[in-house]
Amino acid sequence: MGSIWEYANPVKFSRTVSAVLPYVAAAALGCLAVGLVWGFFFTPDDYRQGATVKIIYLHVPAAMIAINAWLMMLAASLIWLIRRHHVSALAARAAAPVGLVMTLIALATGAIWGQPMWGTWWAWDPRLTSFLILTLFYLGYIALWEALEDPDTAADLTSVLCLVGSVFAILSRYAVNFWNQGLHQGASVMRVEAVTGADTEEKVSNVFFAPLMVCMAGFVFLFLALVLLRTRTEIHRRRLKAIEARERMA
Amino acid sequence: MIALLLRDLKLAVRAGGGFGLALAFFLIVVVLVPFAVGPNTSRLAPIAAGVLWIGALLACLLSLDRMLALDHEDGTLDLLATAPIPLEGVVLVKACAHWLTTGLPLTLVAAPLGVLLNLPQPGYGWLVLSLACGTPALSMIGAFGAALTVGLKRGGLLLSLLVLPLYVPTLIFGAEVARRGAEGLETQVPLLLSCAITLGVLAAMPFAAAAALRINLR
Repeated sequence: MGSIWEYANPVKFSRTVSAVLPYVAAAALGCLAVGLVWGFFFTPDDYRQGATVKIIYLHVPAAMIAINAWLMMLAASLIWLIRRHHVSALAARAAAPVGLVMTLIALATGAIWGQPMWGTWWAWDPRLTSFLILTLFYLGYIALWEALEDPDTAADLTSVLCLVGSVFAILSRYAVNFWNQGLHQGASVMRVEAVTGADTEEKVSNVFFAPLMVCMAGFVFLFLALVLLRTRTEIHRRRLKAIEARERMA
Repeated sequence: MIALLLRDLKLAVRAGGGFGLALAFFLIVVVLVPFAVGPNTSRLAPIAAGVLWIGALLACLLSLDRMLALDHEDGTLDLLATAPIPLEGVVLVKACAHWLTTGLPLTLVAAPLGVLLNLPQPGYGWLVLSLACGTPALSMIGAFGAALTVGLKRGGLLLSLLVLPLYVPTLIFGAEVARRGAEGLETQVPLLLSCAITLGVLAAMPFAAAAALRINLR
């Protein structure tokens, strides 16, 4: 095994993706099937929330991926700006629509969950609002990619936008916190007490926790599979354009 | 830099469009609001500060695409890029000129327009102060957006999509100052945070905008 930068070579990247993709896709399918069926049909109803608690198996993983997709785009943008690897820029481009769909899933499932629990589809709660703002950032990022003709300029400008957007996304997160207090509970999955099992009020019960973890793994694999597939498609598209340009010249 | 600032100011005032347009737009937005929500003064009073902030923000947005696009078209920007002052300085001056021709007049007319919306008595000072502290950040963030979209033929709509999410923190703190001021609550914390955002943006954003501009001029 050489260094990880070998995969910056598009040919090597495409070949590796072709080899790995079926397994990643199968893992995503398997984890999601097991996790969702287990979660939906083989866990008890919550004593207060009833069956609505089961939407957690879509809501929490989608929200997690939505945030981490942006972080992944940030890392890919930095790699593009620093080391100029085209695959990295294309990976950032490929991840953006996936992230956007994940924020929409999180918002939609949240609304469906919020209606019976809080009695409202939407509240201007800090967490909900910052997610909506994140959706807007995704939209702007994708729109900028679509608007620019020259691929290198587009990659550069979207990378700069991603960096600035990250700073402002965090700023907005805290500004929104200041602006309104919310209904949404705090983080209850990725907290140390929640995992080590200190008996706090807001902890996710073990019965729900195991299938939730399987679903999260499934969403991670799904994200990975989609991004790899879309990156490979972008590489092919880029190559096709080069061939077309060459034929026009000839 | 001062010569550039004066040139931009003269262009903005004399060469038609930009200067008065933002103010007229602000006036129209404020006039339209009572038509939409009803003339009831008790309903207008609580939303007055927020409406004035939104109006100022949109008016500011209106003139952003002229900030760099005109100079890009006639080649001035290329000359400025090769000039002895760094591009960061150019962007900062451009944002300054934009603020002097939009942000500052908007701040000044906000108080008279507050009368139309029945803004509560203690709110006027805070409204003007919050706009004075917040609008420089709007101009600077707008300069970044303009730098991103300068090479595009029809960048106007895209510019608003890019810039409006970046306006969120400024809007939240600025409008919070004006709202709390109008209701007679303490305003120190949001005012300080609003100033902090403006200063941070003025310090860091010229670099991002200049980077985007360099990519576009390449």
